Amino acid sequence: MFYFALRRLIQSVPVLIIVITATFFLVRAAPGGPFSAEKNVPPEVVKALEAQYKLDQPIWQQYTSYINDLIHGQFGPSFRYPGRTVNELIEAGLPVTAELALYAMLLAVFFGVSSGVYAGLRPNSIHDYLPMSLSMIGICVPSFLMGPLMVLFFGIYMEWLPISGWGNTPGDKILPTITLGLGYAAFISRLSRGGILEVMSKDYIRTARAKGLPARVIVFKHALRGGLIPVVAFLGPAFAGLLSGSFVVETIFQIPGLGRFYVQAAFNRDYTMILGTTIFFSTLIIVFNLLSDIVSVWLDPKLRDQYRHNK
Amino acid sequence: MVEVHKYEEKLSYKPKDLGGSLWSDGWIRLKKNKLAIASLFILGFLCITAVLTPIIAPYGYEEQNLLLGAVPPSSDHWLGTDVFGRDMLTRIMYGSRISLAVGFIASGVALCIGVLWGALSGYSGGRIDAFMMRIVDILYALPFMIFIILLMVIFGRNLLLLFLAIGAVEWLTMARIVRGQVLTIKQQDFIEAATSLGLSHWTIIRRHIIPNTLSPVIVYATLTVPSVMLLEAFLSFLGLGIQPPQSSWGLLISYGVETMEEYPWLIFFPGLFLSITLFSLNFLGDGLRDALDPRASKD
Repeated sequence: MFYFALRRLIQSVPVLIIVITATFFLVRAAPGGPFSAEKNVPPEVVKALEAQYKLDQPIWQQYTSYINDLIHGQFGPSFRYPGRTVNELIEAGLPVTAELALYAMLLAVFFGVSSGVYAGLRPNSIHDYLPMSLSMIGICVPSFLMGPLMVLFFGIYMEWLPISGWGNTPGDKILPTITLGLGYAAFISRLSRGGILEVMSKDYIRTARAKGLPARVIVFKHALRGGLIPVVAFLGPAFAGLLSGSFVVETIFQIPGLGRFYVQAAFNRDYTMILGTTIFFSTLIIVFNLLSDIVSVWLDPKLRDQYRHNK
Repeated sequence: MVEVHKYEEKLSYKPKDLGGSLWSDGWIRLKKNKLAIASLFILGFLCITAVLTPIIAPYGYEEQNLLLGAVPPSSDHWLGTDVFGRDMLTRIMYGSRISLAVGFIASGVALCIGVLWGALSGYSGGRIDAFMMRIVDILYALPFMIFIILLMVIFGRNLLLLFLAIGAVEWLTMARIVRGQVLTIKQQDFIEAATSLGLSHWTIIRRHIIPNTLSPVIVYATLTVPSVMLLEAFLSFLGLGIQPPQSSWGLLISYGVETMEEYPWLIFFPGLFLSITLFSLNFLGDGLRDALDPRASKD
């Protein structure tokens, strides 16, 4: 188990290096410099600006100095907002996005697992079809459609909930959380239904039944552990999805989070900002994939044995 | 004999179908799935209207009527008009051309790369296989959503790039599925027979390996199309995908959001078409999986 974790950790290093290198050179290859939007800038000023952002150095030197900055945790200055660094923007936006993603994840796991297990224990009955039809709606109505529709209904027609902001008026966190979490709740629900359905036909569940264990113990102690492995394995990719989902949700609800900064940076062609946030997001996603892989191997005795034998 | 006859009467299809190919068996099973057949009809209808749009659209694509402005659905404009007085039905029909094209073409790109890569990797085995699959593993760990946005920002929002970028993301799972299939297929006798007949590796892969992997591939491809369409709509919604004057459902939705308070039909109808298409593709994919690939687990 330890070896598996170590090996996966070592495997992520080249991935991270590829991400950083590819992003760096892609951004540098972009047509148009960061100052090409400003016209009639005297050449001396351009030179001074380029010197400030180290653009006058050969590309290889720029790359090594950028890597050096990264190792020291510095993402560099923003091209568009002079005097602000990418670090400051990340520090300002991250807590908001993290809170939003956390709530959405909790909502998705809670409703997804409970409805999926409920349906999986009663296959091919109305208790199965109803939640599964609902989850199909959750999967097929994307967040950028569901969000505005909920704003329209709950915010504008019914005036029950505030329609924008984050933490300014009571209840303004409800709609963004539901918008972001709903699709994942639907997917997790289908995954847990499938997992439970498969586990319930296993011999060890029959043994547990034959022993006369109460249904509650069978489900919570024996079935859930095996049945939820697909859900745990999905949490890593789900986290990546939540991050990109936050681009949309933060745009719809005007939430000052990292996702909105990213989209704005993409619009403004603020290259250092894009570079910095891309690397930051990628690192987060790689770390979460790693964690979810390790946890799902740890939960699954079969996979655990497999890795123990051929390390 | 009598008992056999009784058994045959209970079957809903004639015994001569029993010896049919995978495809005819699959078709018989699919036909029983009403939801999947309905989805097939809806998708067929949408595709035909998308192709015929320039002929059958009620108004011209660029046709504006500024005096009219935004009106709710009426007998002249079935789905209403937008703030420039443009007919929504026409705009949605033109949008469907892009949305469906992105969905099918990008999935096609993914399909080709994935099948070839997976087949080559699985057939070669050994070090080549390990190397090719390690590349897939590394690419899997990359956050592609962010990379597509990065590409669209740097190289401008062009449609071809969008096809390629989305196709490049989606082939990974396909490659894994195909490789898994190939590993079992290549140990079977008919491959050994083909080898002993002196067929080249390429011919064996093309004529014997790939055709036998097709059923899971088709199932997965059907499920890739909705996820690709969703990705395109997502990017267009953020303003990072399709650019005006071109239009797609995602873009129409993002315009609709801006004015949804006054003119809710501008978001409702494009959203409805997108959701119905996604529903149909998902139901068809599920139906195909049950029909062609009965061993695959349902989730």
